[in-house]
Amino acid sequence: MTQATASSADPIARDWWAGVAEGRIGYEVCADCGTAQFYPRGHCTACGSARVEVRPAAGTGTIFSITVVHRPPSAALQPFAPYAIALVDLDEGVRLMAHADPALGIGARVRATFVTFGDRTITRFVAA
Amino acid sequence: MAFISGVGNTRYGKIEGSTTMGLAATAAQAALADAGLEPRDIDGLLTGYATTMPHIMLATVIAERFGIRPAYAHALQAGGATGVAMAMLAKILVDSGRCRAVLIVAAENRASGQSRDQSIQTLAQAGHPDYEVPYGATIPAYYGLLAARYMHQFGVTDRDLAELAVVMRRHAGRHPDAHLRTPISLDEVMASKPIALPLRLLDCCPVSDGGIAAVITRDPTASARVRIRGAGQAHFHQHISCARDWADMGAKASADRALADAGMQLAEMNYLAVYDSFTITLAMLLEEIGFVRRAGAGEAARAGRFEIGGDLPLNTHGGLLSFGHCGVGGGLAHLVEAQRQLAGRADDRQVRNATVGFVHGDGGVMSSHVSMVLERV
Repeated sequence: MTQATASSADPIARDWWAGVAEGRIGYEVCADCGTAQFYPRGHCTACGSARVEVRPAAGTGTIFSITVVHRPPSAALQPFAPYAIALVDLDEGVRLMAHADPALGIGARVRATFVTFGDRTITRFVAA
Repeated sequence: MAFISGVGNTRYGKIEGSTTMGLAATAAQAALADAGLEPRDIDGLLTGYATTMPHIMLATVIAERFGIRPAYAHALQAGGATGVAMAMLAKILVDSGRCRAVLIVAAENRASGQSRDQSIQTLAQAGHPDYEVPYGATIPAYYGLLAARYMHQFGVTDRDLAELAVVMRRHAGRHPDAHLRTPISLDEVMASKPIALPLRLLDCCPVSDGGIAAVITRDPTASARVRIRGAGQAHFHQHISCARDWADMGAKASADRALADAGMQLAEMNYLAVYDSFTITLAMLLEEIGFVRRAGAGEAARAGRFEIGGDLPLNTHGGLLSFGHCGVGGGLAHLVEAQRQLAGRADDRQVRNATVGFVHGDGGVMSSHVSMVLERV
């Protein structure tokens, strides 16, 4: 279940993960109404426009919530446990899920790093 | 009017050798017998899904297995809210004149029909396959995120949540069919192993086998006169990453629609059946809907308000946390217990003067909400 990069049916998701592998967190901005959104969809959920462009985020933000997972979903991920999953509000105004330093609390200012998890590179936020 | 004229269930727990179809048939037979109806009387059949038995048309599989030929049949999927959603659609079918007697049935050998890892991985797919699941997320992790933020935002404590687990277990001890019946203490909940902190093992419902069913009829039968007075839904998001206002997840919107449909007020509800996949689920739903104040679920539990003799008797079968969670049947069990309470047939769990029941199901991660008002007539 960690092979979504290769197996995702969604070309937008494949592109997004390819960006992460190169240290880039993409998010979408609507060319018509200016709304920023995550996850990328190829159309604007605010105005319906199909004119959305992917921009790279600065990688800085704030922890909105964080949980420390002690019971991973598979034996393959057991060596990584415990790991922290966080929802991070990026400074660009969008929220995304990622890993984070388990010592971080809600409200902490963070910056993105990129680490290996399972078979892929993921974003892991650490104290800014 | 739509009456819940019969209910039935298997025991919940790990039932070696059980099958989804076998559990469904046993529960359906019990519900029909309870309603005093024959299989040929059933002209509608609704079911949900079973993760151990994926099928593109589960309702007709059950109909054939059971030996009925309904005029209306299909499956529904709304995660943990499916059971209440089935009852809502049954009410619509009966009220519209489309059906006279609708069998709603939910069953799954979720505990014995797959490995624990399989179960955890399958359920994690309620999350986004591209933007959540790859982080090693699980259902407890999604609810762990809910818990951490909600506790931070409103000042809820670990002990507040633990109180709810203790109450659910105490209730389950009075139900012979419950999965987990051994009493637990507050300290045991707090000391149980971490799963997705702040949630610990005893904050989480078990994975169970079980089957449960009800018959919704246009005319009342002799056994019970409990009617569905109103129902409502709300669906604000699917993925927790996309939930915008965590103080307004859709639970209140759903409840308000059900109350408006019933023409009743929240304060008139005297039996509560509220989804409780995790302790945080139950706290958030009770608080958002407004049965208790924000961050007030723990104190209400400590004050005994959710006990059989309290003013807000809650999930007297033990809820998902202790009666058990077999998937769709987990959420339907709340409705079945509410029917038994309102019919005065809850044995030594019986609440005195339970006349109006509120039922709430939550699917996904506070994603799909279905609410219902039941009334003894």
